[in-house]
Amino acid sequence: MLAFILRRLLQSIAVLLTVGLVSFSLFRYVGDPINSMVGQDTPASEREALRERLGLNDAAPIQFLRFIGNAAQGKFGLSYRTSEPVGRMILERLPATLELSFCAAVFALFVGVPMGVYTGLYPKHWSSRLMQAVSLIGISLPTFVIGILLILVFAVWLHWLPSFGRGETVMLFGWWPTNFLTIKGLQALILPSITLGLFQLTLLMRLVRSEMLEVMRTDYIKFARARGLTNRAINFGHALKNTLVPVITVTGLQLGALIAFAIVTETVFAWPGVGQLFIQSVQFSDIPVMAAYLMLIGLLFVLINLTVDLLYFVVDPRLRSQGGAARVAGH
Amino acid sequence: MAAASNNQPLLEVRNLRVEFPTRRGTLLAVDDVSFDIAPGEVLGVVGESGAGKSLTGNAIIGLLEPPGRVAGGEIRLEGRRIDNLPYEEMRKIRGARIGAIFQDPLTSLNPLYSVGRQLIETIQTHMPLSASQAKARAIELLKEVGIPGAEMRIDHYPHQFSGGMRQRVVIALALCAGPRLIVADEPTTALDVSIQAQIIALLKRLCREHGTAVMLVTHDMGVIAETADRVAVMYAGRVAEIGPVREVVKHAKHPYTKGLMGSIPSLGVRTDRLTQIDGAMPRLTEIPPGCAFNPRCTFKGQRCLVERPNLMPAGATRAACWLHDSGGVGAPILKETVDA
Repeated sequence: MLAFILRRLLQSIAVLLTVGLVSFSLFRYVGDPINSMVGQDTPASEREALRERLGLNDAAPIQFLRFIGNAAQGKFGLSYRTSEPVGRMILERLPATLELSFCAAVFALFVGVPMGVYTGLYPKHWSSRLMQAVSLIGISLPTFVIGILLILVFAVWLHWLPSFGRGETVMLFGWWPTNFLTIKGLQALILPSITLGLFQLTLLMRLVRSEMLEVMRTDYIKFARARGLTNRAINFGHALKNTLVPVITVTGLQLGALIAFAIVTETVFAWPGVGQLFIQSVQFSDIPVMAAYLMLIGLLFVLINLTVDLLYFVVDPRLRSQGGAARVAGH
Repeated sequence: MAAASNNQPLLEVRNLRVEFPTRRGTLLAVDDVSFDIAPGEVLGVVGESGAGKSLTGNAIIGLLEPPGRVAGGEIRLEGRRIDNLPYEEMRKIRGARIGAIFQDPLTSLNPLYSVGRQLIETIQTHMPLSASQAKARAIELLKEVGIPGAEMRIDHYPHQFSGGMRQRVVIALALCAGPRLIVADEPTTALDVSIQAQIIALLKRLCREHGTAVMLVTHDMGVIAETADRVAVMYAGRVAEIGPVREVVKHAKHPYTKGLMGSIPSLGVRTDRLTQIDGAMPRLTEIPPGCAFNPRCTFKGQRCLVERPNLMPAGATRAACWLHDSGGVGAPILKETVDA
């Protein structure tokens, strides 16, 4: 178990170094950083002096190590666009994205999993067929179309919910602006969360459904029936728990995707998060911000995957005794 | 025979029919099957794959897989009709009055829960016991089925047990609420031959001690001969012959049973080829009129081609064959009309 965690940690570090390399190449080789910093009429000698001072003449591996060292301390330099420290810009915007992604994930989990269980248990019921059909729409419509449709219906026609922005926020601990403490803030969360979470919801529903259908056919479910257990105990105690390993995997991966792909939703709803910051940076070729964003998303994915791997141990006793080396057949 | 014949049977199956509606029409997988099981008796049910023996067992525990359904007949347990009970009523009987052991005991246990948890939940579903009482009973059961270190093993998960040990846990689970009848469907097929004998002996001993009757479904005649009091031979969804196990093994009356017994290789006799019954059991869609066995039967007459025999007394057993009717098999069939 401990060896497994250590191995996963080492792998995580390797992944982060690779992401760092991509990020660094972006920094170093997409355009000349000096050109982005100085005016057009700066003489070549001054450019060379700046280049020397910034260490851009050092060998690439040394520059890379320096970049990684700075990144580990959260130093990504100054934004080309606003001249602010990139680390602080991202930190200011991160709470908005995290809150939005969290709400979308909660929405997807708490609606998607029960729907999946229901459609898995009663696959022939008309309401299951309806949910299956509707989920096709959720899985095939692009996020921005759903966002725009929701704005049209609930903001433009019905005037129930705001169409853009975070509404009212309250500062927590002096640095975390939250939506959760004001009515306006909560209202502003609804449409973006649905937009962002809908795809994940349908994905989870379909996954849980197919897993449920498979588990309900297994011998141990038949034997549980033969033991006279109640339907409740069979469906939720025995069947649902056996669907959890794949569900946790997908939920973990999708949580990373929610944060990474919040870009589209944030753009549609003018949500002031890191995704929107990234889009603005792309437009201005603001390389430091893009590089830092890349590192941040890499870090989040690695952390989430590590958590997912540890959750497997909680759910599946077979992994605990096998040191996690083998994934049990059938999953 | 274990039980006196004047007692009321524990289980009565009367004219049971199990159907499978399919796109090409309804298949009759179990056709007019009747038998009794006395309290404490072991009834062996043998037959080839598809003879309907497992389906009969599933119909008795009320767990036919849709679209299969009981289309006719009656099943009575201790005089009470159970084939038409609502799901919830039948659930209370399953585990409590009728236990079951399935074809692959290795996959019968939920891999994510300890065996103790699975035992305790079954005990508490059927018996008004506290958690600690249920745990004590679970440990007792594990000891009874011969699991060493039961107090410690109760917290172990199924994958920490060997196949034979898991099978013992499954037996403990089937017995844990004190059922009157156990339907054991191929309980040893998935196990090593050396362990099969142990498990069968264990099952037999426990059922004798608890006075539990067993319906032992298998295609292994050796197991039946060792274990059963009576045996029912099934062919194409019907009972071909039923009677005391010694009589059926030694003095089979139905041509199919004779063939079945003849095909068991024995060590004493040297033969170049194993005896076999020519042909194969007909598919459910192609059961011939008259006796279902007639295409493979060497004794058949004209009557066998048109008239279907029901079980009739034949020596010490009962067989579904016109050979044992006073009318006989009818006129002989000319050589040219016999299928190869």
